[in-house]
Order: sequence, then structure tokens, then C-alpha cells
Amino acid sequence: MSNVIEMIEGLGRTVLNGLARLGLAGRFFLAIMMVIGVPVRRFSLLVRELYFSGVRSLLIIVVSGMFVGMVLAIQGYEVLQRFGSSETLGVLVALSLVRELGPVVTALLFAGRAGSAVTAEIGLMQATDQIAAMDMMAVNPIARIISPRFLASVVSMPLLACLFSTAGVFGAYLVGVKLIGIDDGSFWSQMQAGVDFRLDIINGLIKSLVFGVAVGLIAVFEGYYAPPTAEGVSSATTRTVVTSSLAVLMLDFVLTVWMFRGLNG
Amino acid sequence: MPEVKTAPPHPASLIEIKDVHFAYDERPILRGLSLSVRKGEVLAVMGGSGSGKTTLLGLIGGRILPNRGDILVDGQNVPKLDRSALYALRTRFGMLFQFGALFTDLSVYDNVAFPYREQTNLPESVIRDLVLLKLQAVGLRGAAGLMPSQLSGGMARRVALARAVALDPMLMLYDEPFTGLDPISTGIVARLIRRLNDAFGLTSLVVTHDLDASLKIADRVIVLAEGKVYRDLTPSDVRTTSDAFVRQFADGLPDGPVPFHYPAPPLLDQLLGKAGTASVEGGTP
Ligand SMILES: Nc1ncnc2c1ncn2[C@@H]1O[C@H](COP(=O)(O)OP(=O)(O)OP(=O)(O)O)[C@@H](O)[C@H]1O
Ligand SMILES: [Mg+2]
Repeated sequence: MSNVIEMIEGLGRTVLNGLARLGLAGRFFLAIMMVIGVPVRRFSLLVRELYFSGVRSLLIIVVSGMFVGMVLAIQGYEVLQRFGSSETLGVLVALSLVRELGPVVTALLFAGRAGSAVTAEIGLMQATDQIAAMDMMAVNPIARIISPRFLASVVSMPLLACLFSTAGVFGAYLVGVKLIGIDDGSFWSQMQAGVDFRLDIINGLIKSLVFGVAVGLIAVFEGYYAPPTAEGVSSATTRTVVTSSLAVLMLDFVLTVWMFRGLNG
Repeated sequence: MPEVKTAPPHPASLIEIKDVHFAYDERPILRGLSLSVRKGEVLAVMGGSGSGKTTLLGLIGGRILPNRGDILVDGQNVPKLDRSALYALRTRFGMLFQFGALFTDLSVYDNVAFPYREQTNLPESVIRDLVLLKLQAVGLRGAAGLMPSQLSGGMARRVALARAVALDPMLMLYDEPFTGLDPISTGIVARLIRRLNDAFGLTSLVVTHDLDASLKIADRVIVLAEGKVYRDLTPSDVRTTSDAFVRQFADGLPDGPVPFHYPAPPLLDQLLGKAGTASVEGGTP
């Protein structure tokens, strides 16, 4: 009996802690938004972070996109040819990439590659009093350190997702057309006809924008509030990857339901 | 504009702390601390670990807020200031953190240039001269091109000192400037603290465990205990006093008026399980 009560208490505590943390993150988000103009005006601050988060994620994004596209082509072809419609491979691949895999896989990779690095960097700055020192020098660390990193994530994510999808389509082209031998013309023309600019491409971009906000916020938040110890920073880094991934997958579901509502019914 | 209830500060004092109470969660750290710091003096703040010395610096800098009490710095009540007023005041503070807190992604030169670039509109050519002068003052002009990771602890402390005095502050706050330094570096940093204070007409608060160093440079030594200023002495008093508490400090005795143990239930009770184990196991989820 007491075990059950303890369990319920534990559950309650976890939920309350989670809510408190969510509230803290919300306040932190508002604080960032108040000073989001700073990295826009002082563009060099943003450029540095775009380089560290965005540019240095390019390779992993492009390579992963290629492989995902190649696999999609093989799997897609295998299914499509059963129904004798293998020339629609282009549409299948492009829609899968633009609508789902581009934004989602990019966000997951970005969280692991750039988000974790941002968390570790900010956490270490916190642990070594660099953030406190800046604050004591009357320079707002949220404006100077946090907001450029957050904004860089929001800006890079859609661009990286586009690249991912492009690389994926190219990978599918290599496998589908060059290797398997689907007709070149129908691969591209089916794709062109089947992909809608507003419904597919804009929605995909909106998704990655939202993921950019989520991953960026989680990364800077975890770093900023990491306990100032080696253990604290390392577990914050882990939490960034885990929480970002969960947030991306859950948001993806919500956004998909919202974007494609009414299309099937 | 909230009514200021306290009397105007003594004209010769830069900091007036009145009856400040502060607690982390439920644990009181400062309990009615009052202190005034005179313009131009070097005040050494001593006290055991956990006596609230760093907390005191945080309160003066407005990084943490007291539960009650006033902290007047140059006539302004720090806990009541809004963000922009607080930042305006802080531009006139210099703070040296325990390990320097240099920005690890910037070179020594850029670290010292940071306050100028952020707080002034000076052209780079002027900033360059100012940075070199400040680095010269701490003897590290030759290290301008190094990164913080290439510096020894003592050098990092001196660079941080150059950065802290960049904007010619009125008040310098030092948190344990000597920890982890060899005797020579300690001497260098100590002399720098005194020299900067006198040359630039600053007022300095030096939190330290190093009695020798602080006796050499301080005009006054206060000892924090039980959340208050426990003793207020001149350096010569410290050497001669027979006060048990100060002697424990001066002579480095492990136990005395400052207890060796963190507060705990009696050992026997705890071993026999009477006091409960919560304080040992912490909050198991
Ligand atoms: N963020 C915090 N949360 C909870 N308790 C804290 C926090 N920071 C400090 N404390 C506690 O407050 C007390 C005073 O801390 P403070 O850092 O002011 O001590 P100190 O005199 O500077 O000690 P030391 O000489 O070891 O640096 C300590 O007992 C410490 O455990
Ligand atoms: Mg301390």
C-alpha cells in the first residue's frame, strides 16, 4: 500500500518538476525574445554561430541525406513495381523527404551535432564563471551569448533541411535512374507534378523552423541551467539530445495532423 | 521612485550595508550583516568556507537579492535598482573571479578589449593603445596574443585583473584572488591589488583565505561568522590579538570557535538510527 502511495508521490513530484522546468524554459524563451534583435543588429555575432552550428553540420547533413535518399529509392522501387508504377518513384521519394524525413532527420542530426555542442559550451561558460563575469561587466549574457546561438539554430535548420532533401533526391536519382534504370524523364516530371509548393515545400519549411526553435531553445536552456560541475554539464548535454529528439518527434506528429487535416476526410 | 527610508550614507563611505539577511532556500547565510566600506580603502573579508563571502560579493554586485536589508553603493540601493540602472552601476565595478573567468574563445588581447568594445564607441586604434597599457600594468603585454588556455593560473588572474580595471572602475571586488597561486604569484597579485587601488583611487573588497597576503595589503580586515561581521580589525590588531576566533584563523587551527563539523545530529543518534537517515541518503526519489 505504502509502495503505491510512494509511487504516486514520485509521479506527482516528477510531473511538478517537469512543469516547473517547462515554466522556467518559457520565461527563458521570453527573455531571449526580448533581445533577439541584438544578433540581428550585430551580425558578426550571428555569423560566428551560423558557422559553428550550421556550416559545420553541412557534411553530416549532405551525406546522411544522400544515403537516406538512396535507401528510399531501393525500398520505394521494390514496393512500387509490384503495382507497376515504378515511374512514380520520384514523387514518392520527394514527398517523403520534403514532408517528413528532411525536417525530422535534419533536426535529429542537428540536435546531436550542434545542439549538444552549444549546451556543452554554454554549460562550461557557466561553470567557469564566464557568464557571471559578463553579467558583472554590464553585458547581458542572454543578448550576447544565448540569443545568437538560438537564432543560429532557427536560421540554419530550414536551410539544412533543404540541403538534406536535395541531397536525398539526388541520391534517389542515382539509385533509381542510374542504377535501377527508371526512365529519367518520368522520374523528374512525376516529381514536378506531384510536389505541391505550398502544401509540401512550405509546410516542410515551417516544420523545420519549428524544430529549429525547439532544438535551439532546449540546447541553450540546458546549457544555461546546467549545474556548474563536470557531471552537470555532461548530463545536460545528454539531456539536450534526448529532449530535443523527443520534442522533434512529438512536434512532428502535432504539425502533421494540423497541416494535413481535412485532406483525407 | 520608492521612498528611501535609510539615512543618506556617510559621505566618506562607498558601500553601506545595513542589516542584510539572506538565505539559500531555508538555510540562512547572512543574518543581519552590516558593514560600511570607506572610499579608497582595501578591505579584506575573511571567514570560513561557507561563511557567505562570495554571497556578500554577489549581493553587492546585484547578482543575488537579499531577503531584507539595504545595500547602498555610492548612494544607490542595489537591490532596488532596475536592470538598466543596475547595469549602469556595474560599469563602474570591476570584479575578479576566483579563476579569472576569462572568455576562453577570445585571446588575451580580445579579453581585455572586450569591455571597451561593449561599453564604449572608441575606435579600434584607441582601444589597442588602452589594452596594451592595461596589459603593461599587469606585466603581460607580451602575452597579448595568447589564448587563455595557454596561460598559467597566475597569468590568467593578472589578465582578468587588467580586464576588470579596463573601464577605470570606482570599486573592485576580488573573490579569492590568491587561491591556487604559488607564493611569488600571490605576492605579485597582492601588490597589484594595492597598487591599482592607490594609483587609480579605487576602493577594493578582497575576499580571501590568505591571511598573510591580506595583512600585507589591507587597511582593514573583517571576519564573517554566523552571518554577521564578527570582527573588524586593523592588520596590526590581527597579529597581536588574543581573540580565540581570530587566533584560530591566524594560526590555522582546525577546531575552535569555528566548528570543524557541518551542523549534523549527534553522531551516536545517527549511527543508532534515531536521527533518521534522510540527511545521509539525501532525497531518494
Ligand atoms: N547556489 C546555491 N544554492 C544553495 N546554496 C548555496 C549556493 N551557493 C552557495 N550556497 C551555500 O551558501 C553558503 C555560503 O556560500 P558562499 O559561497 O558565500 O561561501 P564562501 O564564504 O564564499 O565560502 P568559500 O570560502 O568556500 O568560497 C555555503 O554554505 C553554500 O553551501
Ligand atoms: Mg567563495
